[in-house]
Amino acid sequence: MAHGAAAGHGAHAHGEHDHHPTGWKRWVYSTNHKDIGTMYIVLSMIAALLGGMMSWYIRLELAEPGIQFIEDTQFYNVLVTAHGFLMVFFVVMPAMIGGFGNWFVPLMVGAPDMAFPRMNNISFWLTAAGLVLLVMSAFVGGGPGTGWTVYPPLSSIAYHPDAAVDFGILALHVAGAGSILGAINFIVTILNMRSPGMTMHRMPLFAWSILITAFLLLLALPVLAGALTMLLTDRNFGTHFYDPAGGGDPLLWQHLFWFFGHPEVYIIILPAFGIVSQLVSTFSRKPVFGYLGMAYAMSAIGVVGFIVWAHHMYTTGLGVNARAYFTTATLIIAVPTGIKIFSWLATMWGGSIDFKAPMLYAIGFIFLFVVGGVTGVALANAGIDFALHDTYYVVAHFHYVMAIAAIFAMFGGYYYWIGKISGKQYNECLAKTQFWLFFIGVNVLFFPQHFLGLAGMPRRIPDYPDVYAGWNMVSSFGALLTMLGTFLFYYIVFHTIRSGKPAEANPWGEGATTLEWTVASPAPFHTHEVQPVISAGDHGHGGHGHGAHPRPAE
Amino acid sequence: MTTRILRSLIGGSLTGVGAVVAAGAAHASGMATPWQINLQDAASPVMERVHGFHNMLLVIQISIVVLVLGVLAYIIVRFNAKRNPDPSRTAHNTLLEIVWTAVPIVILVIIAIPSLKLLYFSDRAQDPDMTLKVTAHQWYWSYTYPDHGDFAFDSLPVAAEVLEAGQPRLLTVDNPIVLPVDTTIQVLVTTDDVIHNFAVPSLGLKTDATPGRVNETWVRISKEGTYYGMCSELCGVNHYYMPIQVKAVSKERFAAWTQEAKEKFAARPAPAVAAAPAQSIQ
Ligand code: HEM
Ligand SMILES: [Cu+2]
Ligand SMILES: [Cu+2]
Repeated sequence: MAHGAAAGHGAHAHGEHDHHPTGWKRWVYSTNHKDIGTMYIVLSMIAALLGGMMSWYIRLELAEPGIQFIEDTQFYNVLVTAHGFLMVFFVVMPAMIGGFGNWFVPLMVGAPDMAFPRMNNISFWLTAAGLVLLVMSAFVGGGPGTGWTVYPPLSSIAYHPDAAVDFGILALHVAGAGSILGAINFIVTILNMRSPGMTMHRMPLFAWSILITAFLLLLALPVLAGALTMLLTDRNFGTHFYDPAGGGDPLLWQHLFWFFGHPEVYIIILPAFGIVSQLVSTFSRKPVFGYLGMAYAMSAIGVVGFIVWAHHMYTTGLGVNARAYFTTATLIIAVPTGIKIFSWLATMWGGSIDFKAPMLYAIGFIFLFVVGGVTGVALANAGIDFALHDTYYVVAHFHYVMAIAAIFAMFGGYYYWIGKISGKQYNECLAKTQFWLFFIGVNVLFFPQHFLGLAGMPRRIPDYPDVYAGWNMVSSFGALLTMLGTFLFYYIVFHTIRSGKPAEANPWGEGATTLEWTVASPAPFHTHEVQPVISAGDHGHGGHGHGAHPRPAE
Repeated sequence: MTTRILRSLIGGSLTGVGAVVAAGAAHASGMATPWQINLQDAASPVMERVHGFHNMLLVIQISIVVLVLGVLAYIIVRFNAKRNPDPSRTAHNTLLEIVWTAVPIVILVIIAIPSLKLLYFSDRAQDPDMTLKVTAHQWYWSYTYPDHGDFAFDSLPVAAEVLEAGQPRLLTVDNPIVLPVDTTIQVLVTTDDVIHNFAVPSLGLKTDATPGRVNETWVRISKEGTYYGMCSELCGVNHYYMPIQVKAVSKERFAAWTQEAKEKFAARPAPAVAAAPAQSIQ
């Protein structure tokens, strides 16, 4: 394979004349997509420890019936709320979009940096400010005990009289503004700064996934911002957008929140799709099967994701015809989702698969996503929602399909790219151990929650009827394994950076065909200063993205 | 602390499980049982249909998971680098791609038809025989019987310390809802503070109590017995402790009970049932 030899070519000469500020200025003032990407990853790892601790503490409380540790049930609600917010806004989004997106979109499309480097800097610092505000919100008064859905009137001034909810609103406002700017940056970079020959239909699927995610962010976040602003004025300036006493309606919030919230779950999972596609192709040593179908399936999921929001509101008194529509529209999403799963399987089929840790995570992702997908097909039906809404079935469903699946893609991405980022390769044996610990852990943790939910255990409760004791204990034991797996991961990162072996430019061999593997490891401060020229591959598979030959134009 | 955590994670719950086996057995029909893995027993036509539909879904769900797992297992065995050193370069197969788009569509249609039937069936009561009005408060429920003299009462949770034998913790109330079996009952749900949700799993009931709205649902209880539910929308610090208890009795006993109840609850000051604006439900 000719392109295997291109490794280390593109930017090898530039490492020597990196001019960049040193010390804290390098980071605080950074306009470099790689440094900013690294900062996003560090931020996400800090937030993950916080969000993880909270969830393990919750599971500890739920290990047996009765209230053991968290006497103050408002604090329990605050933990659940903060866990949800932290994981969604400050772990998964920063890691996948801010972290891997910043690092690898410019590298993959052959651009020297992001389109608006200074805006990139402010995106990051707004996100960091959001994280600080969110953590502060938990310490103001009683904290926000509203759930991440923040439904009024529980979130109104009458029921949350101190400033905690306002802090939460501001945290989301600030982080949301950062994400909107970041989204614009990605869209412009991908549409305008691709190398010659890097056509849209040759672009790696990870770049595709970030492009679609960026459009979702751009369309969904302003709706959240508007809804939050109305909540803020309801709370502080006497408006009545959500208050029926003044002609408002609490359901307005739910519609606006979920008009944002449903696309938000795709914002979380689409980059995961992109990462998994890269992993499956690399480690099977095969181009992605049905590349175009994959790209357009993601686009279709993005579009349909905007017209299904009220499947979160089946029990709110929505009219029966509206519920029939939302049931049908939601079921339709299963079609492009199925295309993705089958295409990953077909990519592996006939491949020569190397089961390195990232590939184990990719396969684990497919398993989790299928399990979470089939429970999603159940939840889509308004008629059965009487039994499932607001129970642990929902908690199991969304952790499988979105939360933990995204974490799997992230772990896979970390192991895949850590050599490129740090210049050091991780220890394969440790990483595989970490995979198995985490994989078994999350399944023991979340699978029994299906049973609890079917049997009727509501979510967001610190104590439960004694009949639910058995599976809750099992679930909490799974949380313990998951916690050990998470700590092992942090250790592996530490171990890699301290004493990992130097990484080659392309440690994965001929399967890794995207442009980031053509530059040295760690990637030099500036890359693609001379645009690489991409031409269709000669592998007779139509020249789609994955097989593109980088031909540095020097 | 550590030992406490460990004890709690490893063995602590066994006592809890043991204690409830007895209590659970007495109420097998109206609440979950220890280690239960499926829906609670059905005691209303809606819940019966939910069971049927869910059974069908389960077959589909398990088949899909088994299919994907089977293919994955085959791939792992057959296409690992050792057994298959030379990867194929196949990246297209139009027929295959059409099939895996079309087959899911067919499966979804098979799901959608009974799903929508169930939805329309569950929506409204046909010619209800009586009405029960439910009002949620932080953190208790009150119930009004407009067709039986419009008496109303509050239903408060019973604290764990004063439970009698066989009364389940976090599920027992002082004044349960009493309803007749084989009677079509329209249920109107509202709140006078935050959003709550009126839910009784084995009766197939789950409807939000939203400020400014009266939501409608219905039930026709098929068996006498006691049925338990819990508030199912986060409503503040005592959300976990806002149980619903329904006692389903014969029509005769229900008639007798309404007579008693009218006197009993008339003697107490009427509860603060919200005068929610009677807004249309749609
Ligand atoms: C480390 C493993 C994790 C554990 C042990 C865990 C555990 C939990 C628990 C116990 C709850 C509360 C359920 C309840 O009381 O209703 C919860 C809720 C939630 N989790 Fe996780 N979780 C984990 C990872 C994640 C991740 C990665 C995400 C991210 C996307 C996530 C997103 C959420 C959300 C959005 C909620 C709902 C919060 C709410 O009800 O308002 N979780 N999780
Ligand atoms: Cu959704
Ligand atoms: Cu509640």
